[in-house]
Amino acid sequence: MNILRRHVYSAVSIAAITVGAFASSHGVAEDEPIVQRPYVEINQNPYPSTYAPLASHMVAIVNATVLDGVGAKIEGGIVVMDGGDIVAVGSDIELPEGIEIVDGTGKWVTPGIIDVHSHLGVYASPGTRAASDGNEATSPVTAEVWAEHSVWPQDPGFHRALAGGVTSMQILPGSANLIGGRGVTLKNVSSRTMQGMKFPDAPHGLKMACGENPKRVYGSKGGPSTLMGNVAGYREAWIGAQAYRDSWNEYRTAYAAGEDPTTPKQDLSLDTLVGVLDGEILIHNHCYRADQMAVMIDIAKEFDYKVTAFHHAIESYKIADILAENDVCSAVWADWGGFKMEAYDTIRENAAFVHKAGACAIIHSDSANDIQHLQHEAAKTTADAARVGINIPIEEAWLWLSHNPAKALGVDGQTGSLEVGKDADVVVWDGNPFSVYTKAIKVYVDGALMFDLNNDQLQPVSDFRLGQPGQGDVK
Amino acid sequence: MNKFITVALSAFVAFTQVGFAWAENVAIVGGRVVTMGEAGVIENGTVIIERGRIAAVGADVTVPEGYRIIDATGKYVTPGLMNSATTIGLEEVSLEGSTVDHTINSGSPFSNNSQDAPFDAAFDVSYAYNPNATLVAVTRMEGVTRAMIVPNFGASIFGGNAALVDLSGNIDSLPVAGVAMTVGLGSSGGSHAGGSRAGAMSYLIRALAEAESLSRRGVRSLPTRERDSVVSQIDAEALIPVVKGERRLLAVVSRASDIVQTLRLLDRFSNIKLVIYGAEEGWMVANKLAAKNVPVIIDPQSNLPSTFDSLASTYHNASRLVRSGVKVAFVANGAGGPRLLPQSAGIAVAHGMAWGDAMAAITINPAEIFGINSRYGSLERGKEADVVVWDGDPLEVMSAPTAVFIKGQSIELTSRQTELRDRYLDLNPDMPFAYVK
Repeated sequence: MNILRRHVYSAVSIAAITVGAFASSHGVAEDEPIVQRPYVEINQNPYPSTYAPLASHMVAIVNATVLDGVGAKIEGGIVVMDGGDIVAVGSDIELPEGIEIVDGTGKWVTPGIIDVHSHLGVYASPGTRAASDGNEATSPVTAEVWAEHSVWPQDPGFHRALAGGVTSMQILPGSANLIGGRGVTLKNVSSRTMQGMKFPDAPHGLKMACGENPKRVYGSKGGPSTLMGNVAGYREAWIGAQAYRDSWNEYRTAYAAGEDPTTPKQDLSLDTLVGVLDGEILIHNHCYRADQMAVMIDIAKEFDYKVTAFHHAIESYKIADILAENDVCSAVWADWGGFKMEAYDTIRENAAFVHKAGACAIIHSDSANDIQHLQHEAAKTTADAARVGINIPIEEAWLWLSHNPAKALGVDGQTGSLEVGKDADVVVWDGNPFSVYTKAIKVYVDGALMFDLNNDQLQPVSDFRLGQPGQGDVK
Repeated sequence: MNKFITVALSAFVAFTQVGFAWAENVAIVGGRVVTMGEAGVIENGTVIIERGRIAAVGADVTVPEGYRIIDATGKYVTPGLMNSATTIGLEEVSLEGSTVDHTINSGSPFSNNSQDAPFDAAFDVSYAYNPNATLVAVTRMEGVTRAMIVPNFGASIFGGNAALVDLSGNIDSLPVAGVAMTVGLGSSGGSHAGGSRAGAMSYLIRALAEAESLSRRGVRSLPTRERDSVVSQIDAEALIPVVKGERRLLAVVSRASDIVQTLRLLDRFSNIKLVIYGAEEGWMVANKLAAKNVPVIIDPQSNLPSTFDSLASTYHNASRLVRSGVKVAFVANGAGGPRLLPQSAGIAVAHGMAWGDAMAAITINPAEIFGINSRYGSLERGKEADVVVWDGDPLEVMSAPTAVFIKGQSIELTSRQTELRDRYLDLNPDMPFAYVK
């Protein structure tokens, strides 16, 4: 996969090459062999993850109700974690001597919840002017900005989310802009640095926004001021990206042919857009209305990229078949709506309608509060759907909370389900997680116990909270 | 006057007093009746609704002939729920100003905008309530039958007058006005009072003192005001019922120290009926709240240090307040709106609150706090029949009402949302969707 390409600007180790021998056969001036300047390639990963899972030992959670996250419910189930991975899941597993046993009697075990849409760290608590870092609302296209450069790892909200069973999340820029910048996927672990939370090898997301927000923000600042202006803005951006990609490809081809082309000037914004065209960066598109989503799907076809997920997709239920056909996920709330015209047609069963049509449904938060109980939101949706004859059992609905968001983030190979070989991102609940009274009692990230409801030594406290009245109250 | 007309008129008056001419007589039988009154929880109980009111509640109640019977076997029967602070009916779409009526920008001493209204405390949201707002139907079908509708804050520390409303959606379900005066203190109040929370408190004290003075001198004998009054006549008049204790003072305040400062108002203005709203750090001064017998209205889901005023926010706020003897009522904020009310109450239960206390916080407690407990808040004989039948524990996120009555009127469990849902339930209709209705 191209994403792992790690060439560096300053990699002068690719020495200048003399190609005079070939030059003569091409009729180039015989006495002037071509001297190539150092080859330049764009560094795709200048802020690499430094996350390393905490040391853990072999643990088996036994006799629990296990939801494997990909459709199975196992009563009297066993989940075994070792070396940071899931090593066994089932009901009849021979356990080696000496491993730690967690009694799961009366408990439920699920994959960690993954929030595909969070602003933790970029709109941190407390909401100060100084820490309002989510919207680079200075231009309608700011593909050059990366949310990870705004993330404040000390946001107390990360720990609240952990107590709610959230083990990974994508931090996105806000939705003021047509193209708002790159999102970053984090493991919900405490670290002094953003890099220390960064999900290893996860692709970047790119935040785009349909509809009212860009119009509202830029309507009196040079535009766009209309929906048609929005669409022109996206298309112009992609046309620019195509030209930029061509210029780099011409450079590469010419260099490979032994010529000494001039290196194109690097453009941060277009780098990101080309990453999308190359399939390395995944589109996360804030888009409420069905008709606008259909236009966005056509724009993606026009420029040959893919929309990975529509976020806040209030009206996905109206076009669930089209979304299924185009393999686009819908990240939705259970019951938010009405706060603006494009959110007016909210229904409670949205995710269930999407799921029923065979499309990918995700429950997301966009909120430092709701991220703490995404499982309730999924529960409400299934209950409402059941009342109109759409019966989705909890083991299937859990797809919306872990596997489908992992898929939309391009990390479903690593996490999002309790399958052998996956990261041991695991939550133990003190009952059915679709009950309002149920709490996460143990949260494991890569096999390490990062939160324990009954052990305050395992309840993280951010630097900000030290010496503050709320310190330590993470239960 | 013709005798017949007199009789007809008094019958008409009687009807309008109980609410709705179409209120039917109903017996809800077999349910787990959570009365929120002295009778507690009655298993296999019966609730009789008659002419808009609750006529009987108990385990051994005979169902009169001809009453519609609702079988609530295996179900919960509770009073209708109440959201203690919301803007329902005061806006349709938050970001569309033409549909938003909960906020007034007033010409306070700190504002010079010529488009501002010339008053703040005198603002009364009850005139703006729209029973046809789509959120009313969305909300009541989730079992929420009453609401305290409150103004948001414009340019003044005074939001204005809040009002009580039932969510029947009837065009004549006019709010009960003049129930509470909202005032914003703490950091947000300070932003409307020169930039300091001390400014907000000083202004409030001065405004109340002027109202007190005006009340003593008599409103009618104009001119009655000192030349250096900071509050306009119209606003001072609106504050007279507050200093007299005839209208509650709903103080929006979060930080522990601000709560204590607000409680001190009672030393200076002893008649004030104070209610604290917000109170994220209320648990830290719960004993002081209890000692002054001041109730609080909180959002149980507030557990983040969202501002420096609410650093100690916790899911445990509700349970700790109750343990100290403070009367607690709940609001549900956020885009999900009042529908989140039972969910929020459930979250409080998950964090240490007794189930009955959480139910009280969304029924009888707000009724008592706002002085309507003789009419609403519990399933007891004589009260207006706000009754909900639930398919399970009402605080569980997967439960929903199967029947809702407001003042005895049976509510259809439909809304704009359910109509949209039903239109798109089948994505392959024979005709375009506009014909599916």
